[in-house]
Amino acid sequence: MAAAIEKYGHQLEALARAQGLDYYPVQFEEVPDSFMMEVAVYGLPVRMPHWSFGVRYIYQLIQHRMGHSRLFEVVFPGNPGRAYLARGNSLPENTLVVAHVLGHADFSKHNELFRRSQQQGGYRIVDQAASHARQIAAAIEEHGQERVERVLDAALALEAYIDVFRGLHRERYPEYLESRTTDDDTFRQRFHQLPGDERPMPGHEPRQRAAVPPHPERDLLWFIAQYAPELEGWERDIFLAVREESCYFYPVFACQIMNEGWASYWHARLLREADFLPQHEYLDAIKTHSDVVRPHAADRQASLAINPYHLGFCMWEHIIDNHGLGQAMRIRSQDDDFSFIRNHLTEELAEELKLFRFRAARDGAVEVVDRDINALRDAILAPRYNFGAPAVSVQTLERDGTLRLVHEHASDGRGLDLARATKVLEYLHRVWRRPVTLDTVDAQGGSRRVEFPAAA
Amino acid sequence: MNHPSTFAGCAEGDQDWYELFSRGARDWLRHNEKVRQAVRDKLPEVLAGADILGGERARTVKVPVRFLEHFRFRLRDPDEMTGAGQGDVKPGDKLARPGQQPGEEGQGEGGNDEGGVQLVLELKIDDIVDWLWEELKLPNLQAKHGAMQDDDYTREGWSRRGVRSRLDRRRSMKESLKRRAVDPQGPAFVDDDLRFRQLVHRRQPATQAVVFFAMDVSSSMRDRDRQLAKTFFFWVVEGLRRQYTRLELVFVAHTIKAWEFPQEEFFQVRGSGGTVASTAFGLVRDIVAQRYDPARYNIYLFYASDGENFRDDHGPAEAALGELAAVASFVGYVETPASAEQALQTETAGIFRSVTTDCPGGSFALTTNESVWDAIRAFFREQVAAGGG
Repeated sequence: MAAAIEKYGHQLEALARAQGLDYYPVQFEEVPDSFMMEVAVYGLPVRMPHWSFGVRYIYQLIQHRMGHSRLFEVVFPGNPGRAYLARGNSLPENTLVVAHVLGHADFSKHNELFRRSQQQGGYRIVDQAASHARQIAAAIEEHGQERVERVLDAALALEAYIDVFRGLHRERYPEYLESRTTDDDTFRQRFHQLPGDERPMPGHEPRQRAAVPPHPERDLLWFIAQYAPELEGWERDIFLAVREESCYFYPVFACQIMNEGWASYWHARLLREADFLPQHEYLDAIKTHSDVVRPHAADRQASLAINPYHLGFCMWEHIIDNHGLGQAMRIRSQDDDFSFIRNHLTEELAEELKLFRFRAARDGAVEVVDRDINALRDAILAPRYNFGAPAVSVQTLERDGTLRLVHEHASDGRGLDLARATKVLEYLHRVWRRPVTLDTVDAQGGSRRVEFPAAA
Repeated sequence: MNHPSTFAGCAEGDQDWYELFSRGARDWLRHNEKVRQAVRDKLPEVLAGADILGGERARTVKVPVRFLEHFRFRLRDPDEMTGAGQGDVKPGDKLARPGQQPGEEGQGEGGNDEGGVQLVLELKIDDIVDWLWEELKLPNLQAKHGAMQDDDYTREGWSRRGVRSRLDRRRSMKESLKRRAVDPQGPAFVDDDLRFRQLVHRRQPATQAVVFFAMDVSSSMRDRDRQLAKTFFFWVVEGLRRQYTRLELVFVAHTIKAWEFPQEEFFQVRGSGGTVASTAFGLVRDIVAQRYDPARYNIYLFYASDGENFRDDHGPAEAALGELAAVASFVGYVETPASAEQALQTETAGIFRSVTTDCPGGSFALTTNESVWDAIRAFFREQVAAGGG
């Protein structure tokens, strides 16, 4: 089995390189189905333990048993890249999967978001996540399950709150405002030369402490790691470990449509040109391809969700047909899903794909609204900002250590679920160890403060 | 320069090997442990509805529970949401909504929608009793004349030597794995891997006690009253049996007459007719006189009733209970009142009040399933002084 796919694999690689794909070598490995299932749950082959993954695991297990989900591969960017193939895959399926993975590998080597994240993270997220897992196992040995869990409850609840544009390694804010007095002003210089008006000794100038944070801070994981009043070293390490993994997940999340589309485009193209494949294997592989990029609406009149593989695949075909491969390669390097959809989901393509916007009321009634391209783009992108999490940031760090968070309800369109928000503050309070408050709005739009512990 | 990619296969047996180290299963077990903990913290409420009395005596209680949610910030549920879809429709068309909201998995307010998964926790009655009785004790228990030392063996630690019946296979397997982790070529087991459970001999002061459970089963007791009373007795019996190895329990039920029952029948008994409490107290008094010398036994009486007693019985009931109270370590009364306001205002409550002024005792009204546990907690702790209640 491995030998057969290895032979095809090398032939596919030669083909891919000839077409202009460029990537770090990939370590392909066949793994048991149970391994695949866990990767789907944890997002990484070896990841820190937490009970919440256990719940997801059971759902995944049930879905798997009911035959709802089948995973062919998972791929991790890096140098070398890693790809895991499900042991249950047939040879034609694996042929397609290898071609698909090569597309991903090209994408992650060149796409700007991936590149920056890997440069900062060091091209070996799989090993790093495993070392985080070891670090947390050691913390459990030393500090006990309950205490470690308390930290992870908080850190993983805030998983989405990072600021990728400020980078993985971030300095603390400057402690003091920059001094305004400069000596380039000749009047000042001469004034200070007058008798009795000596300047204060240098270094004794009253410096002004800078506010913390100087601006609303979205990177909650970083902020807590840096500024929590009584966080212990090992607790900080856990926060930073979770943050590092989030920084890795961000490009995967923010480029899903492009990345899956790109890989699907390439597996289709490489298979088409793989004349070394026997006819029946080619047909089986193409059958798998059409299952993967099938629109959700294929066997129904309409679907209320869009298959990202299908959308991305069609968009790339459209771009390459109309603008050529060179332009496509530039786009895969520079864009993320937001610019990709805004710039390249054209009105005619949307029409061809029969995309529409719908409105769903609470009572279950669903109505088709329109096919307006701008509104459509917004509707596709809306759940993709910042891991789809509500916009919560740090507003103020009070002198007594109280942490004040604010929810930007205007940009999210409505307030937070207050009961859940209180629970998250409770997690947070256990590591922050001072009062934590959060401003949002209630159902009527009136401002509402949630706090933990509850105000006396 | 471009290095080629590499391909590695996986062998047939790898699946089994991998499952031994399943992280998903590990985290799932941890989740269940937390659920168990949460259930344990509010066991009385959880158990309130559980059917423990019906049918043959199962040694477990099944409790349906929900998965724990790891909370995240989330927007409130919208009155209306918009999304993008795909298909052959035109603006204004009304669509049927398949199952759930797009983009949102079955996470919701709904009653039992865990995506069709229902988690049922099976709790051992012995475990429940252990948790609940940890700090509960028979009140005023004293070492009595003639009491001997109890010999008791308890498990404590492991030893490398022992008889085969005490071999701890799990523990031995662990040792073997540890050794083979260092030396993969080594044999499956060597003598050094074997671990045996050790028993340690402990001497405990013996305390002899007899506990009488008396229940009014007359027709004025409604089904709910019986259910409450029996639930109370059930947990008390389970707890005492677990806590005290040497304990005698006597079960008495009465209407206008009183009978002694074996435990199994006591929990099934139903009666009809009026209420003459003195018959029960009299029977208990006679049993004490015949079988349990107060000089050698700690004597306890717990009596459950709706509080209505035959008017003419006031004198005899008070007299019989008074005699009992004089020799008893504790007399407890649980009432199942018709309404919470009338609790402990009844004829029978009055008798207990007058009798327990100079003997340790207490009264408690059972109004809800939860109050069963409050009653148990109220009775089975160190009573501060005689005459409480």
